[in-house]
Amino acid sequence: MYSEKVMDHFTNPRNVGELPDADAIGETGSFKCGDTMKLYLKVKNDRIEDIKFQTFGCGAAIASSSMLTEMVKGRTIDEAARVTNHDVADKLGGLPPLKLHCSNLAADALQNAIVDYKSKQHSG
Amino acid sequence: MQSRLVYMDHGATTPVRKEVFDYMAPYFQEQYGNPSSLHAPGREVRQAVEESREKTASALGAKEDEIYFTAGGTESNNIALRGAAKKRAKPGHIITSSVEHHAVLDVCKELENEGHRVTYLPVDQYGRVDPESLKEAIEDDTFMISIMAANNEIGTLQPVRELGAVARDKGILFHTDAVQVVGQLPVNVADLNVDFLSLSAHKFNGPKGIGALYMRKGIKIDPLYRGGSQERKLRPGTENVPGIIGLGKAIELAVSEIPEKKKKLEHLRDRLIKGLLDIGEVYLNGHHKERLPGNVNVSFQYIEGESVLLSLDMEGIAASSGSACSSGSLEPSHVLSAIGLDHSMAHGSVRFSLGYGNTEEDIDYVLEKASPIVERLRSMSPTYHAR
Repeated sequence: MYSEKVMDHFTNPRNVGELPDADAIGETGSFKCGDTMKLYLKVKNDRIEDIKFQTFGCGAAIASSSMLTEMVKGRTIDEAARVTNHDVADKLGGLPPLKLHCSNLAADALQNAIVDYKSKQHSG
Repeated sequence: MQSRLVYMDHGATTPVRKEVFDYMAPYFQEQYGNPSSLHAPGREVRQAVEESREKTASALGAKEDEIYFTAGGTESNNIALRGAAKKRAKPGHIITSSVEHHAVLDVCKELENEGHRVTYLPVDQYGRVDPESLKEAIEDDTFMISIMAANNEIGTLQPVRELGAVARDKGILFHTDAVQVVGQLPVNVADLNVDFLSLSAHKFNGPKGIGALYMRKGIKIDPLYRGGSQERKLRPGTENVPGIIGLGKAIELAVSEIPEKKKKLEHLRDRLIKGLLDIGEVYLNGHHKERLPGNVNVSFQYIEGESVLLSLDMEGIAASSGSACSSGSLEPSHVLSAIGLDHSMAHGSVRFSLGYGNTEEDIDYVLEKASPIVERLRSMSPTYHAR
C-alpha cells in the first residue's frame, strides 16, 4: 500500500531526534487519529541550519516527518513556510487516500515551529 | 530479500491444509454434478454434501438437519439476525454486545434503522459480558440475543453457556458468532444453550467463502434470498460443493485435534505474551486465561501499531493491529475502546494470532525481532521521551 519512497523514509528516517539548543520547536497532534509530532529547528540568518523530529504515528506519519525535514533543511524560513502537506505527499510518491492526513501532521508541525521562531524573533 | 515467513495472523485467515485441499480437489473437475440433479453424477455429489453436513453436525453436537451451509461467518450472522427480524410482524428489541464483529454490529445498526431497538451491552476490562447485565437488559419484546463466543481481536471468551441459559430461560432466541472458536475449542450447541451458531471454514484451515449456520430444530426464520430449495430454502442457490466438502474435512480434522492443538497453542501463546511483556511498558489486552488458545494482543506504549506491523512485516512476520492507523477508519478499534483503553494505548495494539503451523522457533524469532523494533520506534517517539 505504500510507495518505495515511503518505506525508505520509514525504514531509514532522516533527521530523527532532538536539538537541545533549538531556536524553535513545533508540536502538533492529529485529533483525527491521535498521531503526534515534535519538530526542532536550528536557524541561522533566517535559514534552517539543522532540523530534527520525533513522531508517534504510523508509517505514513513517520515517512512524512522524515521527508519534510529533508525538504526544508538548508532552506530559508520564508521558503520553508511555503511547503504544504501536498508537497510532502508528492515527494513521497503519493500516499494512500486515507493516509493523506498524515502529511498534514508534518506540515502543521513545521508551521507551528515557524510561528514559534517568529514569536521569539519579535520578543528577542 | 526476506526469506523467512512467520505467519501469526490466523485470526484473519488460515491456510488450507493439504489433506483438506486434496479432499476437495475432485469436486472441481471430476465430481462436478449439481447435488440437486437426479442423475448419477448429481446423486454422488449430493451424498458427499450430506456427509459433510454430518461431519459438521457431529463436530458441534448437532443434528444434520440443523446445519445450513452459507458463504461464511458474515452471511451466517446476517441470515440469523435479519431472518429472525424479518419473521416478526412488527419491530422489536435485540440485545448484543459492544465488542461484536462488524458482521453483527452493522446488521444490528441496520435493523435499528428499520425500527427495531438494540441494546449494546457493555463489557468488563477483559471484554466479557456479565450474564446479570444481560438479564437486566431484557424487555417484553426482546426477540434475539447475539453474543459472540470469543472476541476476534482480544481473544476473550464469553460465558456463552451462562448467557445462553438466561436467553433460554426467557424463551428468547440466542445466537452466537463462534467463528473464532470452532476448531479451536470444543463446542457443543446443547451445552451452550444456543439456538443459532455461526462458523467459517477458513478460520480452521478450510477454504474461504464457505461457512455454516447451526439453527436449532423447530425454529423458523425468513430467508434473506429467494430462489431454489437448497439448504431447505434458508440459503437458496446452487451449493458451493468444493467448499462444503472442504469445510466438512477441515472441521473433522480440526475438532479431532483440539486437545493436542489447544495445549500446544496455549503454551506458545503464553511464551509469546511473557516475552513481549518483558520488553517493558507492554500490556496484555483481554483476559490472561479466558482467551483463545492462539490469541495474543498487546499494546506497546508510546508507539503506534501500524508502525510495528510494517516493521514486523519487513522481518517476515505477519500480524495485525486494531490501531486507528491500520483500521482504515481513523478510529481505534471499538473493542479496545469498549474495554476502556485510552486512545494512545489502543493506538499501540498489535494482535498475533497463532495457529496450526506455528512453532517454538517462530516464537523465538518474533521475540528476537520485536524488541529492537519497539526500541527503534520508541526512540523516534515524542511521547516516549516526554514520559
